Formats: sequence, structure tokens, C-alpha cells
Amino acid sequence: MSQPSLSEALCGVVRRDLLLAMRHRSDVAMSIFFVVIVASLFPLGVGPEAAVLRMIGPGVLWVTALLACLLSLGRLFTADYLDGVLEQTALIPQSLAVLVIGKVFAHWVISGLPVVLLSPLLGLQFGLGGDSLGVLTLSLLLGTPTLSMIGGIGAALTLGLRGSGLLVALLVLPLFVPVLIFGAGAVTSSMAGIGSEANLSLLGACFMLSLAFAPWATAVALRIALE
Amino acid sequence: MLQTVALSGSRGQRQLFSDVSVTVRPGTLLAVAGANGSGKTSFLRILCGLLSPDGGTILWQGKDIHQLKELYRAQLMYIGHLNGIKDELTPIENLTLSACLAGDDSSGTTVQKALEAVGLSRPVHVLPTRVLSQGQKRRVALARLWLSTRPLWFLDEPFASLDAAATTYLTQRLQSHLSNGGMVVVSTHQEIALPSDSVQHLGLTQ
Repeated sequence: MSQPSLSEALCGVVRRDLLLAMRHRSDVAMSIFFVVIVASLFPLGVGPEAAVLRMIGPGVLWVTALLACLLSLGRLFTADYLDGVLEQTALIPQSLAVLVIGKVFAHWVISGLPVVLLSPLLGLQFGLGGDSLGVLTLSLLLGTPTLSMIGGIGAALTLGLRGSGLLVALLVLPLFVPVLIFGAGAVTSSMAGIGSEANLSLLGACFMLSLAFAPWATAVALRIALE
Repeated sequence: MLQTVALSGSRGQRQLFSDVSVTVRPGTLLAVAGANGSGKTSFLRILCGLLSPDGGTILWQGKDIHQLKELYRAQLMYIGHLNGIKDELTPIENLTLSACLAGDDSSGTTVQKALEAVGLSRPVHVLPTRVLSQGQKRRVALARLWLSTRPLWFLDEPFASLDAAATTYLTQRLQSHLSNGGMVVVSTHQEIALPSDSVQHLGLTQ
């Protein structure tokens, strides 16, 4: 009898989603383009005052990362739902919550990781220093997967509904707020010289909490959507 | 052996079927027939565990499928109305990933043989699935049956969009699965050319 191991199933889900992302390069490029454009236009709009740019930089970059995640959430489950791949996934003899982790990981690689990698470059535009750039990257490294996991719940809850894009935003934005506050706060604290450990720890706690509960909640929402 | 005991199902407020008790033994095919909207798809989805029944029990080897969960899912293969394949991927990629996720043999040779078994020639294997016809897409989805080693198959209108040749390939595959002790539940509007002693009929009426 055939039964995939957990790692086989997880790798299969990630591989499929990354392969699909490679075939939809424009969608991936759109997320990166959005982040780069927004983060680059802000300094032009606000003006060359270095102190102002340094002050708003962490918040702007974090909001940009958050919006980039929100924009790409629509792609997380909708296509799979429409072409029947989701019901095939739900019938894989492994925990759907674990398979959800695979899908969310692929989503993060496509939409979150590029933001993390680009963040030092984008931070330079706001005059952030070496330490602050490091904290910014670390905070995004912890925060963007959390956003993807929380976003997954919203995407699953609104699957198959009309106008789901707006509904997802309404559902997940309140849950994104703590991540945004701790993420931007970590960079601001680092710039103020009061240490970023507290904010990063809270961000880490958010990550662990979302890792523990979000996949399970998403899996339940997906099963309801399939009914 | 798959058994339903007093199974009833509905969609929204509408009762589709009730008190359906049927047994599918190894080597037999259950052909579910009924008018459009009579609940054939819902019946199959309930048997797979994708939908919850209103009442009744589904037993696999004497145990409730809702208790077996993953153990039951490891025994079944479901091909629904939707093909469950990605238009952006080639038939080879679709089948390889699908076999990998099902824990079946996903080697290149096996996958190619499965695609050839449903009558898809090699040049088609590497085209994006979106450029294929509906019938060819259905063949790609059905090629999963040639890779599957699971005993219980649920097929929702598998003959839809298929030409005569593909219908023959599929019928032969069903025949070989049944002769190996497999079980099939299929919703269909057409007669299946299989020995009558291996086919049971279930008519769903509203």
C-alpha cells in the first residue's frame, strides 16, 4: 500500500508550489517590485531630511512587507481550490496541518524571503546604520513567516467567497498589528540604543504561537471550505 | 470491504439521499447512477471523507472511517469532477508530483508509461497542460490510476470528455484493478463494459 512519509508529502507540496511560482515569475516579480517601488518612493516623497527618514524608515519598511504579504495571500489556496488540487491535498494520508505548513513555507519563500533579502538595501535608503540594518533583517526574518502563517488562516476562511481579498484584509490586519509593532519596534529600539532583544523575543513568541496554532486553524478552515 | 449503513446526505437545505446501505466487496464496482443533481458527487465525496454525512456510518474493513482518518485515506484514490492538475505544469510534472504526494512510484519511466497507457504520446508529455484539450487533461488526471496501488477508487464521471479509445483504456484498467481484488465506486451516466457479476448498481433518486 502506498503512503507518503511526512517529509515526502511536505517536500512534494513545497516543490509543487515553488515550481508553479517559477512558471508565474511575473507574480513573484510583482511582489518584489511593489516592495522596492514603495520603499524607494517614500524617501522621494518625504524629502532628504536624514533624521526624518531614519525615524520613519522601520515603520515604512515593515508596512511595505506587510502589504506585500497581504497582496500575495489571494494566491495561497484559490488556484488549488478551483482546479481540484486542494481536495487531492486534503486526501493525502498525512495531517493537513503539516501540509499547510508546506504551502505557507512556499508562500514565504516567494513573497517574504525576497523582502528579507532586500531589506538591508532598502534600509540604506532610509539612512539606517549597520546594527539597525541587521536588526531590521532579523526582525523581518522572524516576522514575515508569521505574517504568512496568520495570513493563511484568513485566506482559508475566505476561500470560495466573492470579494475575498477585502475580507482577508479585514480578518488578518488586526492580527498583523502586534507583529508590525514588535518588528518596527525592534529596529527603532536598536536605533535608540536601548536594545532590540525584548521586541525580537516578542516577535519570536509570535512566530512560535503562529507555528503552533495557525496551520491547525488553516487546515480546519480548508476542510470547511471543501464542504 | 467498504460499507455504508443508513447513509444520508444533503446540500444546504436539500436532502439528496437517505438510508443508503450498500456494501462494496473486493473485486466489485459500484456504479452510482442518477439524474443531474441527485447527489452522486456528494455521495462520492462523503465516502471519501471530504463531506460529512447527515447521518449513517461508513465502514472500511468494519471500522468507522472517521476514526481511521489517515489510515483510510491511505487506502483510497479519488478523481473528482475537477481534474486536480495544474495547467501551468506539464503532464509529466503533474503526474510526478501527484505520485510523489500519494507515495506512489514517481520515477520518470513509470510516469511516462502511465501517460502512454492513457494514449498520450511523448510529445504531449512535455507541453504545458493548459494547451491540451479537455479530453487530454482528463486523460492526464486518469493516468494516476495507472500509478496507484490503492485498493479503493472513487471516480466521479470518469468517462466524461473521453473518446472511445480512452474509454476502452479506462475500462481495461478498471477490469485489471477489479481482478486484483480492488474496489471501485464510480458515478456515471453510461454503461460500463465490465462483466455483470463484478458490477453493482445504485440509483440515487431525489
